[in-house]
Amino acid sequence: MRSDDENLTAAPDPWPPRPPECSNGRVNPEQPEERGTPVGRRVFLGTLGLGALGVVAAPTLQRGLEDFLGSAADKDPTGLTDLLPNGGGFRYYSVASSVPHKNAETYRLTVDGLVDRPADYTLADLQALPQTRLVRDVQCVTGWRVPETPFEGVRLSVLLDAAGVRAKAGAVRFTCFDGTYTESLTLAQARRADVLVALRMQDKDLGHDHGGPVRLYVAPMYFYKSAKWLSGITVTEKVRPGYWEERGYDVDAWVGRSNGRDDEPTS
Amino acid sequence: MSLRAEAAPPATRIRRFSRAERWVHRTTALLMGVCVLTAAFLYVPELARLVGRRELVVRVHEWAGLALPVPVLAGLASRAFRADLGHLNRFGPHDHRWLRAALRRDRRRESRPAGKFNAGQKIYAAWIAGATLVMLGTGLLMWFTHLTPLMWRTSATFVHDWLALTIGIVLAGHIGMALGDPEARRGMRTGSVSREWAEREHPLWRG
Repeated sequence: MRSDDENLTAAPDPWPPRPPECSNGRVNPEQPEERGTPVGRRVFLGTLGLGALGVVAAPTLQRGLEDFLGSAADKDPTGLTDLLPNGGGFRYYSVASSVPHKNAETYRLTVDGLVDRPADYTLADLQALPQTRLVRDVQCVTGWRVPETPFEGVRLSVLLDAAGVRAKAGAVRFTCFDGTYTESLTLAQARRADVLVALRMQDKDLGHDHGGPVRLYVAPMYFYKSAKWLSGITVTEKVRPGYWEERGYDVDAWVGRSNGRDDEPTS
Repeated sequence: MSLRAEAAPPATRIRRFSRAERWVHRTTALLMGVCVLTAAFLYVPELARLVGRRELVVRVHEWAGLALPVPVLAGLASRAFRADLGHLNRFGPHDHRWLRAALRRDRRRESRPAGKFNAGQKIYAAWIAGATLVMLGTGLLMWFTHLTPLMWRTSATFVHDWLALTIGIVLAGHIGMALGDPEARRGMRTGSVSREWAEREHPLWRG
């Protein structure tokens, strides 16, 4: 320890102890604080170094912690592990100040824009259409991933075909009854078989906090594309960037191939 | 232990913090409070559900975080503040004794010698300064996503999340200890402390 200190202080000390005769008398020679090792500086620089090291080692650390916390969360009746970073499970994000609740009576889904037959669907109408169930991982662009989550609902392509998309249409825009959020897909993306107007998640009817009663589910893309509280589908000529996309996120949000991330693809 | 030679009768109060230092502490505490509170509303699902408005909360969090080091940097203009940074930096043999006693949970006064700041306060000050800068750095990586290479944002988020949790716990300790010591709080609020408190808590301190 001692020899370390000597090595470290071999360089000129920026704060050498002053001999009393150099001062004008205000310095108390017994003052213990003026001398001593600069432990504060070491703790400060050490914290910075650990932070930088943490960023470099994050991918490895994160994988280990996710495995550990994921299994701990399964056995945790208190739900406290959910509060830890990467504790597993979904996180609630809403961009609006408050979101109205809709139920089977009040919910409506409008399909309009460049279509031959605009339509209004109630929840019962949607439930009466053929249902598709997909089980894929959900990947959020902020890093969390929920494995093998079942979603169930109507293929978006079914609704588009029923409405009769006109020839010059090229994109689909989604609006939500939170009054703020918007999303969009190209027509080709919207017609994929793994894009649903979802009514159920984890084999339960979609609750309000998860975007119920009806949300979009775009399996191959980051989860911000899966707009919650879906209330409008408008066929347009070109893609109009959605809410987060105007704030810097990629419009073509393929998992693992966008937003500067390299996650395992989900679909 | 005599305190300053020109000290008046024992009942008088001893100057501990200058006005500049108290303002540095006050503004830093306020900004840190805003950061912690907005972080909680971004992070805890129940609270996020309560306020929504994610965009606005994020903006407030970002700007409060960016401003967090400013009071300390401005404080460097104050001689008293610089002198206290010197006190906080340097560890003497008495600080090592203090730390050993703290690790043994030895609460006796004679085994906890301290100058103007005790060893715990010194370590806290250095750590929270470093941690704040790590939060600032990782926060900037998360903020300006297009300026940094791939992967960095995820890694920065990871460090930011876990360090936030750690800071929350340490900060609660800092506030808890202040709550347990009214005279220490008075020192930070008014700038002076009682001679009796100074002799008891900081026997090696000579103002």
